Amino acid sequence: MTDGGTAGRPRRIVVCIKQVPRAQELQVDPVTQTLKRVGVPSEINPPDANALEMALQLKDRLGTEIVVLSMGPTSFDESLERAVAMGADRSVLLTDRILGGSDTVPTAYALSETIQKIGGYDLLLCGEETTDASTGHVGPGIAGHLDLPQITYVSEIRIVDGKVRARRTAEDGTEWWGTTMPCLCTVNFGCNRPREPTLTGKIRVKRGGLVTHWSCADVGIDPKKVGLFNSPTIVAKVDTVRLPSRSGQIFSGEPGASVRKLLASLVADRVIAA
Amino acid sequence: MTDGHPPEDKTHFHGVWVFLEHRKQGLRDVSAQLIGEGRRLADLRGTTLTGVLPGHGVDDLARHAIGYGLDRVIVVDDPILETYASRPYAQVMAQLIRRHKPEIVLYGASKNGRDLGGRLHAILETGLAADCVKFDVDAEGNLDMIRPSFGGKSLAHILCKKHRPQMASVRRNVFVAPPHDPTRPGEVVREAVTLTPADVDAALLEFEEFTKEGGLQPEQADIVVSGGYGMRDPKNFAMLQDLADLLGGAVAASRKAVDSGWVPKMIQVGQTGMTVRPKLYIAVGISGAVQHLAGMQESDKIVVINLDPKAPLFEIADYGIVGDLFEVVPEMIRQLRALRATGASVPTAVPATAR
Ligand SMILES: Cc1cc2nc3c(=O)[nH]c(=O)nc-3n(C[C@H](O)[C@H](O)[C@H](O)COP(=O)(O)OP(=O)(O)OC[C@H]3O[C@@H](n4cnc5c(N)ncnc54)[C@H](O)[C@@H]3O)c2cc1C
Ligand SMILES: Nc1ncnc2c1ncn2[C@@H]1O[C@H](COP(=O)(O)O)[C@@H](O)[C@H]1O
Repeated sequence: MTDGGTAGRPRRIVVCIKQVPRAQELQVDPVTQTLKRVGVPSEINPPDANALEMALQLKDRLGTEIVVLSMGPTSFDESLERAVAMGADRSVLLTDRILGGSDTVPTAYALSETIQKIGGYDLLLCGEETTDASTGHVGPGIAGHLDLPQITYVSEIRIVDGKVRARRTAEDGTEWWGTTMPCLCTVNFGCNRPREPTLTGKIRVKRGGLVTHWSCADVGIDPKKVGLFNSPTIVAKVDTVRLPSRSGQIFSGEPGASVRKLLASLVADRVIAA
Repeated sequence: MTDGHPPEDKTHFHGVWVFLEHRKQGLRDVSAQLIGEGRRLADLRGTTLTGVLPGHGVDDLARHAIGYGLDRVIVVDDPILETYASRPYAQVMAQLIRRHKPEIVLYGASKNGRDLGGRLHAILETGLAADCVKFDVDAEGNLDMIRPSFGGKSLAHILCKKHRPQMASVRRNVFVAPPHDPTRPGEVVREAVTLTPADVDAALLEFEEFTKEGGLQPEQADIVVSGGYGMRDPKNFAMLQDLADLLGGAVAASRKAVDSGWVPKMIQVGQTGMTVRPKLYIAVGISGAVQHLAGMQESDKIVVINLDPKAPLFEIADYGIVGDLFEVVPEMIRQLRALRATGASVPTAVPATAR
């Protein structure tokens, strides 16, 4: 990948990350029919880890400052510390009880306000979507609030003459977009391999001071625009899906015999003809 | 920029809108499908159904779209709108929505639909529910927007009670496109929206179309043979194609196989790919992440072939083989060929009419 030199490089990149429960471990409680969230280990939302890696690669190539931003409870410190240990320069957690229950509208608003307080940004990176809300609306929402150019579903960014060139994956092809900084890009899951935290990174985290906590008052966020009661959408109720019951016959052992049983079953079910 | 005023009285908002997505002078199929559902909702609410079509030289397309069940189409014609771009399209939609105050606006949950809706809902400060699979209208006349959460393990009912319009996106093939009636009466209204070159803040520089694989596509096939990261190498997909050919089916893949560059993006199944509902889905070397299940769990029969007996996909399997795919798949091909050779009629998908 070639950039057009370090002239006109982004001076500061803000990467928005969310901490999410590991999707694979989420189970529906058979008794209460609700999702069991307690005790489920957390991770950086996987596409956000790709966004962070993209920022780190830009830093490796061009040099820049990376600020990682998250909004959520203080338990999110775990992910912010990991991001710093991976190579981000510092991180900010917007944390306030009045933010609880915010949908994508207040989330995009509150993150936008915090980004403005951080200031001096040239590039904003988000993940394509979260594994827990999976809307992909927060990134474009931030761009809308800040009235910035947005390029979504990006797998690669080059900086040429102080401008951004981004490769976007659409339904039917690959697009290259060009825009000016500051701008916002949302990053595709799996477009790179996020690095592991380094020893020096972990030592920087240990020394402390690299995760800053801000409240809504610190940022100047209007309390009447955030939280559950100021979110346009509410979850009125949640139904557990009863997937059609499946016969669930699992064959193991010698492949020839397993395949014979499988094909016989499919013929008996009239899924394939014999 | 957002305007911080309190939500406007919702009784001022009327009508159902569908954002009409187009490409190369053709209507995207998700838009035709949305017109069908939009029609149902407009009738339920006793109101009209409008399609919104920003573009350039799209009058014929507008008239064509009416045939799917619209009462009228609002066309905004400007060279700037020839192809989709986030900011100009969001400007157009924001101005039209403020001008006409629709009660409901529906979008395709495509890349561009999400790109647009996400920006727009923040500008308009109203609710947007992604990936809805069903709609209802509640006793108070609110749109009940029903969407899967946590990879389809539950369905959430989303309401947007105070803010208007109520906005939602829907993925392809959730609804069936209504039959097209070219004689359907309907109005094409041209509207002016202020756009300046300054509204163009990003430019599409290059486009490389994905190669359309010839032959049967997974969405049309009765039998889908899908390969995952366990396939290890792109050349091993030839074996899946052989199996698919024997069964009269099509080959698909998990995102990890696609992201590895082994197979084209066009055949990716899942949350961020296509949804398939074949009579038979054969998953080969796929673990069964929730994002994959989102695209295939409604298949009639599911067969799982995996080395790991703990692979989550076995939990929703009708039949499974715990084993090495490099032994199992060639064995399946061999036995199917043998069946054919012994004179039993050719194993193939039973025609839908015979089921
Ligand atoms: C925002 C987001 C969106 C996503 N969208 C999608 C999507 O649309 N579609 C999708 O598929 N995924 C999607 N994913 C990715 C998803 O989370 C998983 O990473 C992916 O589905 C895993 O693919 P896989 O099962 O092929 O690979 P793996 O999880 O690596 O599984 C490979 C499997 O192959 C088996 N195997 C290995 N060797 C053999 C052998 N010799 N014989 C038999 N079995 C073998 C292994 O036991 C394993 O179970 C998305 C993720 C995110 C975060
Ligand atoms: N609470 C949050 N804190 C920081 N970033 C977030 C938060 N929620 C969403 N994002 C960002 O917005 C992207 C899309 O999220 P979503 O719209 O929830 O799918 C994520 O990948 C993150 O980059």
